Amino acid sequence: MPAVLIKKPADIRPSEITSERNYLNRRDFLRVGAVTGGSILASSALAAVVPDSRRAKLPDVRGSEFSTDEAPNSYEDVTTYNNYYEFGTGKSDPFENAQDFEPRPWSITVDGHAEKTGTFDFEDFIKPFDLEDRIYRMRCVEAWSMVIPWVGISLAEIVKHFKPTSKAKYVAFETVNDRSRMPGLRRRSLDWPYREGLTMAEATNPLTILAVGLYGEVLPNQNGAPIRLVVPWKYGFKGIKGIVRMSFTEQQPDSSWNLSQPREYGFYANVNPNVDHPRWSQARERRIGSGLFASKQPTLMFNGYGEQVAHLYKNLDLRRYY
Amino acid sequence: MRFVGKPAVFLLCLLPALLVIGDAFEVTGRLGANPVEEILDRFGNWALRMIMVTLAVTPLRRITGWNWLVRFRRMLGLFAFFYALMHFLTWLILDQGLLLSAILEDLVERPFITIGFAALLLLIALATTSTNGMRRRLGLRWQILHNAVYVIAILGVWHYWWQVKKDITEPLIYAAILAVLLGARLWWRRRRGQN
Repeated sequence: MPAVLIKKPADIRPSEITSERNYLNRRDFLRVGAVTGGSILASSALAAVVPDSRRAKLPDVRGSEFSTDEAPNSYEDVTTYNNYYEFGTGKSDPFENAQDFEPRPWSITVDGHAEKTGTFDFEDFIKPFDLEDRIYRMRCVEAWSMVIPWVGISLAEIVKHFKPTSKAKYVAFETVNDRSRMPGLRRRSLDWPYREGLTMAEATNPLTILAVGLYGEVLPNQNGAPIRLVVPWKYGFKGIKGIVRMSFTEQQPDSSWNLSQPREYGFYANVNPNVDHPRWSQARERRIGSGLFASKQPTLMFNGYGEQVAHLYKNLDLRRYY
Repeated sequence: MRFVGKPAVFLLCLLPALLVIGDAFEVTGRLGANPVEEILDRFGNWALRMIMVTLAVTPLRRITGWNWLVRFRRMLGLFAFFYALMHFLTWLILDQGLLLSAILEDLVERPFITIGFAALLLLIALATTSTNGMRRRLGLRWQILHNAVYVIAILGVWHYWWQVKKDITEPLIYAAILAVLLGARLWWRRRRGQN
């Protein structure tokens, strides 16, 4: 089965603007390819490979029907405005303080109620899967949002691969907790290590991914390199970064923000304009990049992904289980 | 400061506001990915700093004997009002987009905003009675009214403390400074009482 090589338009200048434009051109090409030539790409002959160098282009990335048509935020906005308290609590701290962080070599431990467990090198962990472009809206609990062009792997595929047993009701994640590489860990801003989790249904929903790239390139450090969770219908703090452990658990896992401020941050954390944060409204959000004089826009239930996820919460009181 | 004069102090106090404008046009710097939030943060911080500087005049006078510091206090206080007003107008216009229903809801249902608004109302009362003419007209009541600066300072720090998501470092620093500035006054008052 010949691998389908996606040729990228030649770079004129190594400038950000050019690479953003190239990415968007390639995305349109891939979108057409996914619709018309979908059957060619359907087999998993493409092994996910993430090069071990910053901003390296990711090869063999497919398009996805789940991507939004909305224009992504600029690379600068996505990579300089981050919440990653392990590198500092300011929005520009992760960009400034994560430059020296080395995300490779990296290993991920899989444990809990599953047939396949163990500790895997990052390269081996991702190899059995395909890389996909997923352009998702991201809504922070602080009431701002972005559109982010992730490159990632379907978590459903990953979970299937490790064969969880019937005792596995949740998937739990843990972030790297290395004080020597992450200056923000010296302060107890949160109950380290950062932990998060999903129900099995949420983890295996088609929207859920583990992201390894951004804008067609290797994921930058400040965005959670080398691998992080993206759950677009939940508040951004559910998107745990720098994952070193994935556990299949029977009990509901810890969620760091919920541990630190339980009245304000819950386990489910679904984007919901009808359930306010105790101290501020969640009805509207500021879209980053919309400019100084743009008004806030209305927040959508499940961040606009209700079609894919509303059924998961049919019988759940979302006001109680915020 | 004594020899430098009021115009120079005026310009110095205005500088943060000029930098906001300069950064908005990307001339002096950048406002970043969330410019409205950045402007709110800067004006709010400078309002608090101006309040602290205003409250520092009396303790500084007592320690150094520099009585001429008093001449600048009204200007410093008015700049506290200016920055608080800019902070409020930024919220009203850029953040809330003059949407009356959302504004009223926030003022009534978000305690930290109610507290901030109360501080602003007190600042307006002080700013409008800051003239020499007003001082003469109000006599003794002027001093009682202007003692509200202590309440303003406490409300301002409280507003900030309840606004931050998790990292209370900055409100804590202002609280510590305020504790020293108020504590010093209480201590001197006690000593005077004992004598």
